[in-house]
Amino acid sequence: MAILIDRSTRVLVQGITGREGSFHTRQMQDYGTQVVAGVVPGRGGGEALGVPVFDTVAEAVAATGADTAFTIVPPPFAADAVMEAAAAGLRLGVCVTEGIPVLDMVRATAFVAGTAMRLIGPNCPGVMTAGESKIGFIPNHVARPGRVGVVARSGTLTYEVIQGLSEAGYGETTAVGIGGDPVLGSTFVDILPLFAKDPATRAVVLVGEIGGSDEERAAAWIRESGFDKPVVAFISGRTAPPGKRMGHAGAIISGTTGSAQGKIDALAAAGASVAGTIEDVVRLVGARLAP
Amino acid sequence: MKLLEYQAKRQFARVGIRVPAGRLARTPEEAAAAAGELGRVAIKAQVPIGGRGKAGGIAVVDTPEEARREAARILAMEIRGYPVRSVWCESGLEIAHELYLGVTLDRDRRRLALILSAAGGMEIEEVAATSPDRIAKLWPDPFAGPLPFEVRALAFSALAHAPVLAETRGRLVAALVPLAQTLHRLAVDLDAVTCEINPLVLTPDGELVAADGKLEVDENAEYRHQELAAELALDLEGEDGRTGEDPYEADARRRGLTYVHLPGGSIGCIGNGAGLVMNTLDLVQQMGGRPNNFLDIGGGAGAEKVRNALDMVLSDPDVRGVFVNIFGGITRGDEVARGIVQARDELGISVPLVVRMTGTNEAEGRQILAAAGIVPGTSAPEAARKIVDLVGGDAADRRAADRSAPGGSPADGAAAGGSPAAMPPHRVPR
Repeated sequence: MAILIDRSTRVLVQGITGREGSFHTRQMQDYGTQVVAGVVPGRGGGEALGVPVFDTVAEAVAATGADTAFTIVPPPFAADAVMEAAAAGLRLGVCVTEGIPVLDMVRATAFVAGTAMRLIGPNCPGVMTAGESKIGFIPNHVARPGRVGVVARSGTLTYEVIQGLSEAGYGETTAVGIGGDPVLGSTFVDILPLFAKDPATRAVVLVGEIGGSDEERAAAWIRESGFDKPVVAFISGRTAPPGKRMGHAGAIISGTTGSAQGKIDALAAAGASVAGTIEDVVRLVGARLAP
Repeated sequence: MKLLEYQAKRQFARVGIRVPAGRLARTPEEAAAAAGELGRVAIKAQVPIGGRGKAGGIAVVDTPEEARREAARILAMEIRGYPVRSVWCESGLEIAHELYLGVTLDRDRRRLALILSAAGGMEIEEVAATSPDRIAKLWPDPFAGPLPFEVRALAFSALAHAPVLAETRGRLVAALVPLAQTLHRLAVDLDAVTCEINPLVLTPDGELVAADGKLEVDENAEYRHQELAAELALDLEGEDGRTGEDPYEADARRRGLTYVHLPGGSIGCIGNGAGLVMNTLDLVQQMGGRPNNFLDIGGGAGAEKVRNALDMVLSDPDVRGVFVNIFGGITRGDEVARGIVQARDELGISVPLVVRMTGTNEAEGRQILAAAGIVPGTSAPEAARKIVDLVGGDAADRRAADRSAPGGSPADGAAAGGSPAAMPPHRVPR
């Protein structure tokens, strides 16, 4: 068991012929992901990486039965591509594009909310169900099937956590990088309930960072829902000065909200074990998994 | 991208929102001419930062002579590091009441929020903290925008807290509906994450006038608003190119790098991915070192970007060692490794350099580094400890006198085996 994707997931790639699109699609194929189609407007009828390419998502879905979109197109076109995927009736969309104008995403998330599609991203590393399927950038060799669910805002810290859990032998169920933008398709409170229902997930690692209040809302959800799986949390950006945007469009301490300490306190109060380093994350997972 | 007051007001005026009569002046003579035309004016420094009034950056004058003198004084000022390049000369307003009307991004709701309060003139955050019930909010549908009945409900709720406006509230609400719709449309058209009028002045004859404005454009959408960006650059940089920003951050911006300077730190930090770099800084600090900067080479960086990043970080002489932390995903280890080797050879890097590399194409990357005599480590905390050991924890006041001149011989990076490896300090005589 896992969440969001497994080996039966049928993926179409929006932007399959781009430099990054083709590189990462190939990596996904190597991992075992079922890539069934590509969508590039104007390139319909062709072929890329062994799969047919279509002009529109709707055509690709009709011809191949794709149920999930991997969106890797440049920022000016990305929000539109996400809406096209949602309109075509896909179940899941994963958009990794960085630098999408935030109001484009305001419109796209509102549009997606009126469809059956769940959106992960943008500006995220994607989703990986260990040993089964991956969509996005998470490196192929770090994951190992196991018992821990991972949900993270930062891409590279997602990799760090996966590697640590794999090396320690705990392994992962599914890792979800939700992204570093201010407006996201899914936040912690959208993903945690999925882990709650997944029997294979025995503990969850939550990796947050400064900015916004997603971590505080996650803490409130954990408290109020009676989430009964151990949560180990890690928050990056403790050294960040207020008012400076730390790379991610969303990572900025503004006024009184968004500081690392506020998030650490909220999560600790909700019963999460809060780690000081990634190594600590792995150690705390071990402690909380022990009978 | 935060626009200056006059830019915001020009945008307001363009879409039909009333603003006080005003002229931009870049010289005392232009200010004198503006006063000649408008009469009594306030001369206001155009800087992208608050508190200019308290700093003496605003003066009210009655004659062109006074305007010339005060403009000359203000144009010579520097307000919290920002040189004043221009002044906005503006007619005064008669004030019956001050309101607040703004549009701002609400992350949690994934929408723009339209905010109205009868308590204008103050910082809205302050009002929100002390009397949140005096603020009315609406989250319009992003495709439809705010509908008249929604704005009416918002306005009646906000005005309920201002009994002095009770008599005229019908007329006031009727005026607020199109104004709020216009402001929301402006925010959407400009990709603004903040677009506010504060105070929104109600004059004795019942007009609504934007007496001050704040407009911040989403950086991701700058490509759609290049004219505004160019205008802003002219206003901030002037002829000498000084922007009031931290000079290292200004340099990084010109180089196209995502960089935050932490002045006084001694360890340069470079990584791929914002979360990883933030964590790199946290680790360096945990090990007792002082990070000098945040530098994210981003996803998919090539060798040239890595070289540029190293050059940038080393431009601050306080940097006495550099920690490069790479976990490849979309970024490929071999590309980064090529950049590091290239930079070391071309820039003659002489301070300790610790590289941690893992992830996509790590084998190729490690091979390239190894062939050049740099053995990368795989554990981030270990690498952080290593660079702190090499640099020392408290090196802020010690200048890096041992940095090589450009073109100096490359550091002999015959790092000892084991992980993480570092290039030892290498001194090049001046």
